[in-house]
Amino acid sequence: MWAYWVSVPSHWREVPARYRLEGGLCRKCGHTMLPKEEVCPSCGSRDIEVKQLPRRGKVANYSVIWNAPRGYEYYTPYIVALVRLEDGTMILSQLTDISPSEVSEGMEVEMVLRKVRVSGESGIIAYSYKFRPLMRSD
Amino acid sequence: MKTNRKVGIVGWGAYVPKWRIRSEELARGWGREWKRYAAGIMVEEKSVPGLDEDTFTIAYEASVNALKRARIDPSKIRAVYVGTESKPYAVKTTATMLVEALGAGGPRRLTTGADYEFACKAGTEAVQSVIGLVGSGMIDYGLAVGADTAQGAPGDALEYTASAGGAAYILGPASESVAVIESSISYVTDTPDFWRRQHEHYPAHTRAFTGEPAYFRHIISAAKELMSFMGTKPEDYDYAIFHQPNGKYPLRVGTRLGFTPDKIKPGLITPFIGNTYAGSALIGLTAVLDQAKPGQRILVVSFGSGAGSDAFHIEVRDGIDALQSLAPRTMDYISRRGYIDYAIYARYRRMITMMHDFSGY
Repeated sequence: MWAYWVSVPSHWREVPARYRLEGGLCRKCGHTMLPKEEVCPSCGSRDIEVKQLPRRGKVANYSVIWNAPRGYEYYTPYIVALVRLEDGTMILSQLTDISPSEVSEGMEVEMVLRKVRVSGESGIIAYSYKFRPLMRSD
Repeated sequence: MKTNRKVGIVGWGAYVPKWRIRSEELARGWGREWKRYAAGIMVEEKSVPGLDEDTFTIAYEASVNALKRARIDPSKIRAVYVGTESKPYAVKTTATMLVEALGAGGPRRLTTGADYEFACKAGTEAVQSVIGLVGSGMIDYGLAVGADTAQGAPGDALEYTASAGGAAYILGPASESVAVIESSISYVTDTPDFWRRQHEHYPAHTRAFTGEPAYFRHIISAAKELMSFMGTKPEDYDYAIFHQPNGKYPLRVGTRLGFTPDKIKPGLITPFIGNTYAGSALIGLTAVLDQAKPGQRILVVSFGSGAGSDAFHIEVRDGIDALQSLAPRTMDYISRRGYIDYAIYARYRRMITMMHDFSGY
C-alpha cells in the first residue's frame, strides 16, 4: 500500500507542469494557468495551448505550515506561497532554502526542482517545482 | 585515448546545496576535539542537502547551469549519463528524470540515458562515455553529470567529509567548444578500499588502506600514463585537479607528481564544501573553468574506490570568458550558505524519525 501512497498515474500526467513549468494559455482570453487545463477557468473556452511559463516571479502572499497534512510532516515548518510569475501567472508553490523568518511579500524568487512528497521506503518520489530566493538578478 | 573527432566542453555547471555544518560541530556531536583531526582532514565545513534535495535535484540544477552556458537547444542532447553512488532509486534511472526535466532528446525524447556507478569516479566515467559518443560521431551533444548526497556513518571519520553537490558537462564537437579534451585515459584495478553492500545505508572503508594502494596508486598511475601519452610535464599545465576525499590528499598527490600548490588550489574545493564524491573532481573543474583563460591547460584526475582513475588533458579555447558569467559560478554556490547544528543535521540526513511520519524514510 505504501508504494502507492502518491498516485503514480496522477504524478506522471503532471510531469510537464511539475518538472518544466509547462502551463496553458487560453487563446480566447489570454489567461495563463498551471497546470494546463482542458477548460479555461477564466472564460470557459476549450481553446488552450501549451505555454512555457517563466521561472522567476515574486511572492504575492504566503503561509507557514506548522501542522502539515499527511505525507508532509517531516518537512515542517514549510512555506506555501502564491507566486506571481514574470508574465503575471499566479501559481501556488512551496518555497525552499528559506526559513519562515526570512520570507516576505514581494520577495523575488526563482524555480528549482525538489522533492515534494515521498511515499514510504518503497513508493515513488514525487518531484516538483518549488521557488527559492533569487540567487542572481541578471 | 584520442577520438576520431575532437571533443570538448560546450557548457559546464555546478550546484552545491545551501546548508553547511562545521567540522567543529560534527566533532562536538561525538564529544571530540576537532583540533585533533583538523590537520589530517583539512575540511573546515561541508555541504548538507536540504530535506527536499537528492542526487536528481542536484544533477538538475547543475545541468540547467551547463545548458545556460552551452546555449544550445536541449533537444540536441542525445546522451544523458548521471554518475552517482546515491541514486534516489535503487532501480529506476535518474537520467530519465533528468531527460524529462531538461527536455533532452526533443519532444520524442530520442536520447540514451543511464546511471553510472563507480564510487567517486562515476561522474568522470560518464564523461568518458559521452566523449566516445561525440568523438565517434554517433551524437553531436551529450550531458555527463557527477552528483551525490554522500553517506558517512554517524561517528565515522567519513562524517567529516561526506557532503552533497554535483557538476554537469555538455560535451560537443571541439569546433564549438571552449575547452577541448585533447586526450583521456582510464585505469582500473580490483582494489577493495571502500564499498557499500546492497541494502546498507553507509559505506565501509579500510582506513589507511584507502590511501597508498588505492587513491595514490591510481591517481599517480593515470596521471603519469596520460602525461607520457601527451608528452607533457607538470610544468606544462596551469591547473591540476585531483579527486578530493579531504583537503590533504590532493595536495600530497599533486606534490608527488611534481605540481606546485598554486596549480592545485584553484580547483581544491573540498575544504569549503566537503567531498561530493562523484561530483568531487568535476566540481573542482567547474571552479577552474569559471576563471580559466584561453590557452591554459588543465589536468584532471579523478579517483573512485573499488578502484580506478580517469585522467583528462584539457586545453582552454577562445570564448570561454563570454560563458563564465552566463550561470552562477561555483563560488556563488560556495558562498551561499546557512549553518546548521548537529541536531538539524541529524534531521536533514534522516538519522532521526518522527512518531507520526507518513512522508517516508
